[in-house]
Amino acid sequence: MSGDNEETQTAEETPVEEKEVQEKTISPEKAEEAKLKARYPNLGNKPGGSDLLRKRLQKGQKYFDSGDYNMAKAKIKNKQLPTAAPEKTEITGDHIPTPQDLPQRKPSLVASKLAG
Amino acid sequence: MAGPGGGSNDVQWCFSQVKGAIDDDVAEADIISTVEFNQSGELLATGDKGGRVVIFQQEQESKNKLQCRGEYNVYSTFQSHEPEFDYLKSLEIEEKINKIRWLPQKNAAHFLLSTNDKTIKLWKISERDKRPEGYNLKEEDGRYRDPNTVTTLRVPVFRPMDLMVEASPRRVFANAHTYHINSISVNSDCETYLSADDLRVNLWHLEITDRSFNIVDIKPANMEDLTEVITAAEFHPNQCNTFVYSSSKGTIRLCDMRAAALCDSHAKLFEEPEDPNNRSFFSEIISSISDVKFSHSGRYMMTRDYLSVKIWDLNMESRPVETYQVHEYLRSKLCSLYENDCIFDKFECCWNGNDSVVMTGSYNNFFRMFDRGYQQDMTLEASRENSKPRSVLKPRKVSTGGKRKKDEISVDSLDFNKKILHTAWHPLDNIIAVATTNNLYIFQDKLN
Repeated sequence: MSGDNEETQTAEETPVEEKEVQEKTISPEKAEEAKLKARYPNLGNKPGGSDLLRKRLQKGQKYFDSGDYNMAKAKIKNKQLPTAAPEKTEITGDHIPTPQDLPQRKPSLVASKLAG
Repeated sequence: MAGPGGGSNDVQWCFSQVKGAIDDDVAEADIISTVEFNQSGELLATGDKGGRVVIFQQEQESKNKLQCRGEYNVYSTFQSHEPEFDYLKSLEIEEKINKIRWLPQKNAAHFLLSTNDKTIKLWKISERDKRPEGYNLKEEDGRYRDPNTVTTLRVPVFRPMDLMVEASPRRVFANAHTYHINSISVNSDCETYLSADDLRVNLWHLEITDRSFNIVDIKPANMEDLTEVITAAEFHPNQCNTFVYSSSKGTIRLCDMRAAALCDSHAKLFEEPEDPNNRSFFSEIISSISDVKFSHSGRYMMTRDYLSVKIWDLNMESRPVETYQVHEYLRSKLCSLYENDCIFDKFECCWNGNDSVVMTGSYNNFFRMFDRGYQQDMTLEASRENSKPRSVLKPRKVSTGGKRKKDEISVDSLDFNKKILHTAWHPLDNIIAVATTNNLYIFQDKLN
């Protein structure tokens, strides 16, 4: 196979010259981190921490509370539905879901195009 | 045994087949989510986001010398999983097939395990090429005969019919996972298998669906203390008591089921020490292991994290023996990759039959191969533009410096929506299956 050897590393140390260059310049990762912090100053200092993990574990949750829905309908008759209160511990999204919002999940009755 | 899996400068990869729709408008259900050859390589299974499984079978070798290898054609297709809604937890359960694993073949039928986020199913795929004819009480079309009209008796006989391939669910293993299943792995004992979700690993017997043993549980008493999740797990290829699981923090734990019923304490912990000076916000995210695969020999295991592939010797926990950079040029793009969520993409990796070459996917429909023996790497592209039969694939190159050479592609031109997450290598031959978003490409090495 053709290809360059520079991209493979064994368990040995990187050459001394490369290390020196790294010390002089900011690593690309740190530069990217600075960029991110500049765009999102409220980003917590917990890198890849529990917030991300918990969000991952909650994947797939959809909330529909018929009580909330009917209360909202009763409160505001002709106006738009209000947004949810800001301090909710769970991530429910920024508006009260309606039955129309929850997508109908139907199984794929069509055959896979790979078999076509 | 396999032909050269690499280890030769002369290996050239050629286009063989492509499956799937040509149009750019990809329906979500058609997104391929897993690809797996069976142990003989004769069958190739794919799973998609719509919960469907398509199995391809390699044609018998033709006498024609030019085409020594058979093509893969559709053998069977079925709906494995359907979408569900857990009303109690307000949880939508996707029908997406996360993993398919074949059982070693024991008789004429083929068995595979397929899983979505919550339920594992054992499917039996069998052929029917004859049917009984000449019943006494039924007509050929199935209507019942009036018993008064039966005057003689005959013995029904089997007559050949057009081949029919049937898939039937033989076992459903449900309700054992609170979190999302990311891996299944059949044990070398061919009787048990494991399933892993974000926080737990369960052991099943293939015959028993109403019971499963929990063998790893990393759920903290207080969920606020959660710092890492399980990302992949696999049984050792020949030691039935050994399995490994990888984590979102870049560690791999090897467990021995002989030591205790609950394998929360590992027998070995594989972790590469990190330079604290280089630590950034992204360090932990990109160190998360998306796939772990034992070598066929069982001596090594390979892990895939966001930017690299690492080979570990099971006898050395302190650091990997080999590290291959998949797309190091992305390190200076981590900010945007975090913003568009690509940094969380889970790439898989695979070994060739004799463990001399490893392969993994990247963006822009590129995929990478690393030859361990010759310490060489290659980048190839799965695209309809290179889809003339038996045309040799041209190696691709991403230009990282300022000057872009002709035929090179710059990092900023890469299409991050075209990701190759799933690849598979035929266990005995130089045939590979590469899945783009909704197409399956089959490549072979050029036979001289």
